[in-house]
Amino acid sequence: MILLSLVGVFFFGGLLAWLSEFVDVRLPRWVAMLSAVICAGLISRLVFMVDSGGVGLLGWVDEFEGSWVPSLGIDFFFAADGLTVLMLALTVLLGIVSIASAWDEIKERAGFFYFNLLWTLAGVVGVFTALDLFLFFFFWEVMLIPMYFIIAIWGHENRRYAATKFFIFTQVTGMMMLVSLLCLVYFHSLQFGEFSFNYNDLLRVDLPKSIDLWVMLGFFAAFATKLPSVPFHSWLPDAHSQAPTAGSVLLAGVLLKTGAYGLIRFTIPLFPEATVLFAPIAMSLAVISILYCAKVALAQTDIKRLIAYTSVSHMGFVLLGIYAWNELGLQGAVMTMLAHGLSAAALFMLAGGLQHRIHTRDMREMSGFWIVAPKMAVVALFFSVAALGLPGLGNFVGEFLALLGAFSVSIPAAVIAVLGVIFASVYSLWVMQSVFQGPSLRQEGKDSTHEALLDLDRRELFFYGVMMIGLLWMGLYPQTFLDFSSGVIEDLVMSDDAAALYAREFSK
Amino acid sequence: MSASDVIPVAISGSDLLALAPHIALSVTIVFVMLLIGIKRIYAISSAVSMVGLGTSAVLAFVQFYGALSNDTSQQITPLFRIDLFSLFFIAIICCAAFSLSVFAYSYFMRLKDDQDEYQLLLLLAALGGVTLASSTHFIGALIGLEMMSMALYGMLAYPVHSHENSGGSLESAFKYLILSAVASATMLFGIGLLYTETGLLTVIGVGEFGSDPSALIGIGLLFIFAGMAFKLSLAPFHLWTPDVYEGGPMPASAFLATVGKIAVAAFMLRLIAHTNALSIVSVNFAVLSVAIFSVLLGNLLALRQQNLKRLLAYSSIAHMGYLLIAILSFSVESDGSVSLGTGLAVDAVVFYLLAYMVMSLGAFGCASLISSSERESDSIADYTGLFWRSPWLAVVLTSMLLSLAGIPLTGGFISKFLVFFAAVEASQWLLLFVLVVGSGIGLYYYLRVIFQMLQTPSKLEPLGIKRSNWETLGAVLMLFLVTAGTLVLGVYPEPVLNLVEQIGLSL
Repeated sequence: MILLSLVGVFFFGGLLAWLSEFVDVRLPRWVAMLSAVICAGLISRLVFMVDSGGVGLLGWVDEFEGSWVPSLGIDFFFAADGLTVLMLALTVLLGIVSIASAWDEIKERAGFFYFNLLWTLAGVVGVFTALDLFLFFFFWEVMLIPMYFIIAIWGHENRRYAATKFFIFTQVTGMMMLVSLLCLVYFHSLQFGEFSFNYNDLLRVDLPKSIDLWVMLGFFAAFATKLPSVPFHSWLPDAHSQAPTAGSVLLAGVLLKTGAYGLIRFTIPLFPEATVLFAPIAMSLAVISILYCAKVALAQTDIKRLIAYTSVSHMGFVLLGIYAWNELGLQGAVMTMLAHGLSAAALFMLAGGLQHRIHTRDMREMSGFWIVAPKMAVVALFFSVAALGLPGLGNFVGEFLALLGAFSVSIPAAVIAVLGVIFASVYSLWVMQSVFQGPSLRQEGKDSTHEALLDLDRRELFFYGVMMIGLLWMGLYPQTFLDFSSGVIEDLVMSDDAAALYAREFSK
Repeated sequence: MSASDVIPVAISGSDLLALAPHIALSVTIVFVMLLIGIKRIYAISSAVSMVGLGTSAVLAFVQFYGALSNDTSQQITPLFRIDLFSLFFIAIICCAAFSLSVFAYSYFMRLKDDQDEYQLLLLLAALGGVTLASSTHFIGALIGLEMMSMALYGMLAYPVHSHENSGGSLESAFKYLILSAVASATMLFGIGLLYTETGLLTVIGVGEFGSDPSALIGIGLLFIFAGMAFKLSLAPFHLWTPDVYEGGPMPASAFLATVGKIAVAAFMLRLIAHTNALSIVSVNFAVLSVAIFSVLLGNLLALRQQNLKRLLAYSSIAHMGYLLIAILSFSVESDGSVSLGTGLAVDAVVFYLLAYMVMSLGAFGCASLISSSERESDSIADYTGLFWRSPWLAVVLTSMLLSLAGIPLTGGFISKFLVFFAAVEASQWLLLFVLVVGSGIGLYYYLRVIFQMLQTPSKLEPLGIKRSNWETLGAVLMLFLVTAGTLVLGVYPEPVLNLVEQIGLSL
């Protein structure tokens, strides 16, 4: 029931936030914050449930099943295991952070804004918890519409292009997934005599060899677009740079993770044999994403576009870890998802904060902000070194484990991917240098627009602080987080089909 | 033709009872005509039309549920058959015509001319649609088709005396008149060829031509299909659609887009289900290429339209293409006949028609609410900032556009989902590819309209013609119902899916 109420709280919270605008313009943000906090409370209950009970692939911490469209075998089937709980915790934490980042930024039509924000969160929670594939697809599509509105209404100068591109990319690949999903269901009805969209039922479907790979590609296309991986990534820099801060935070922190989650939960377990064939290609795509997008990031002058490209690069490690399909690799992927969620969200908040203060995202117009805004500079330094993978912070643990996992499967892939870490240091430090160091424009009296640059206030410092603690915790004592997902990952890797894959990859 | 196949032409009392919706409509038509002759009061003649349409809708629904419980179907003379399938379409056509009558009432409120006859024409067209949907005989179908088209010519040209650019509606009506006559002639020729070969004019008998029919049958079916493809505005027979939609007054274009298509599609569905048409290679190929053309061309040409009516016209071309994809996914038995019990294709077609009707009514309803006979608000620029000027109307139009685009929570999603499902079942990979590409392109132009509505307008102009709330109350209520219908179809489709399954079996 907790899972259903999570979706419900965001859903009704959104409606309430919209309506509350008519009472008082300042009310929607409080309603939004309240619903996010309620959800945080609900999730903390889930966390304790994971701690106390054993978890496995088919042993859910909490589940809810109800009938929806029985004639097509569609149910309301929500369930959560340790992996889901981690993702949900990240979602709600970043939900709260994004509401906080919108607190002063969004002044126009605030009610509708928070409505869209909460409905995006409801969609994401649905994606992480739905285990009926129709329900999953439903939420997968539903979470895009409010995000489209967030970019299209509150976005920056080129928002129409960005919002439309974002929507079309994700929808078209979503439809490919729909075709694959229906193939799976159709073969289930051939083999077992009835329609079913239930995850547990579809795991048993045995697809003919001739179409197995094609059906898998439908799922892969949808998830690789969301992740994103080269060559499906080109929507992301546009969407990120045009979205308002809260939108970027949600996109980078949470929405990208739904792609990785989909790969772990659906693509590989549903199509183990096709995955064996496809793993080398997926790992090559991962390596290309890591290096190519890191290289492209270096050429950016728009700070938000730069962070967006680095996101693609970091998500490449996730893809690499997932397709290594061993415990280390998967643990690394999950850790990177969590750590990147926090660090990218924080970096987008910083970029958004800069834009809010000086009305530009062009790094050529920024210089020497350390003197003007020392607190912001320190915070930025922290998250930059987190992103470049400094040991002691979460991103290091994640990327290290992912590389270790990949190393045991394919040495060349791991060796080439490591170069990405070097690129990461280059662009991270380069951003620090060009924005925060160098001559202060104000001191030289060249520019008066930067006079207004205010340092971080207490509210901002508090939220950055929370994310810093999170990253430090992940970096210094990752076991807390690994314990959550280890049960699920062991089951995934050790289930028969996956074990065969593991062995075959090893023998190469 | 053996003697036992001959169905008596005499009509019994129970036959008349089964024809109650048709009779109710006919009586209303006579009554409204007399009323207009006595005294022209627009409100009263509109109200009587609405009552007539409402009555026949209710009658059709009552009969529908009666037929559902005891599973009967009744052949009335060789011309008509009243079964679940035709009752369902009669009911939804009457409902659509009812709401179109409500929209037309406020649209023509300020027309400086005689308004009453519009409602009369609308009733006639609805009767034509109802007749077409229930006919199982080519003569019955032709009568229905022509009755509907004749009335539509008048409806399209209706505001010709007062419209600012009255040329538009006249042009639209003439274009439709000439091209539609050609299409009817084509269809008639096809019917003639079928008759030459089989000696039959009944839809159900004519299909039993075995698995290896002569060339004449194939050609005849092709001609009939071409005629119907014209009425459904399928590419390459679509050229009239955007001009006619654009020129006609909003409620008439809406009628053409909803009832005009659904009635023809219902008859086509019956024809295809009862003949081996799909197993004839040439016919199958023709339908396949028309489907692919319609989806791609409709979506591509809609991309750069600046006029909402033209955009909806092109989008309707694409939607009829999606419908054909579902029809092509019918499972065909080894002897060439269509098997109705297996697969979801028939359900998909019926559900698609219902959802398409509801969402088109909503989209056109919104447009006609802010238009009037004096000023058509049909340029996309007219919708700038609708979200901030009239939020509720914008929410309705947005949900209709999202439904047309096939986004979840709306009926359009479930209908597209069923089409996908049917095509997967039939392993129509090429069509699935076209469907994905077409829907992807489609997103762009629906989003364009939505984005326009989200813009902050430079100056806040009043929407269309200022009318009192009382005048538009009915239309607003209708829009509310239509939106609720779309959402219910999208969120809880189970009851309708069950009905649709029964309907498909009764075909």
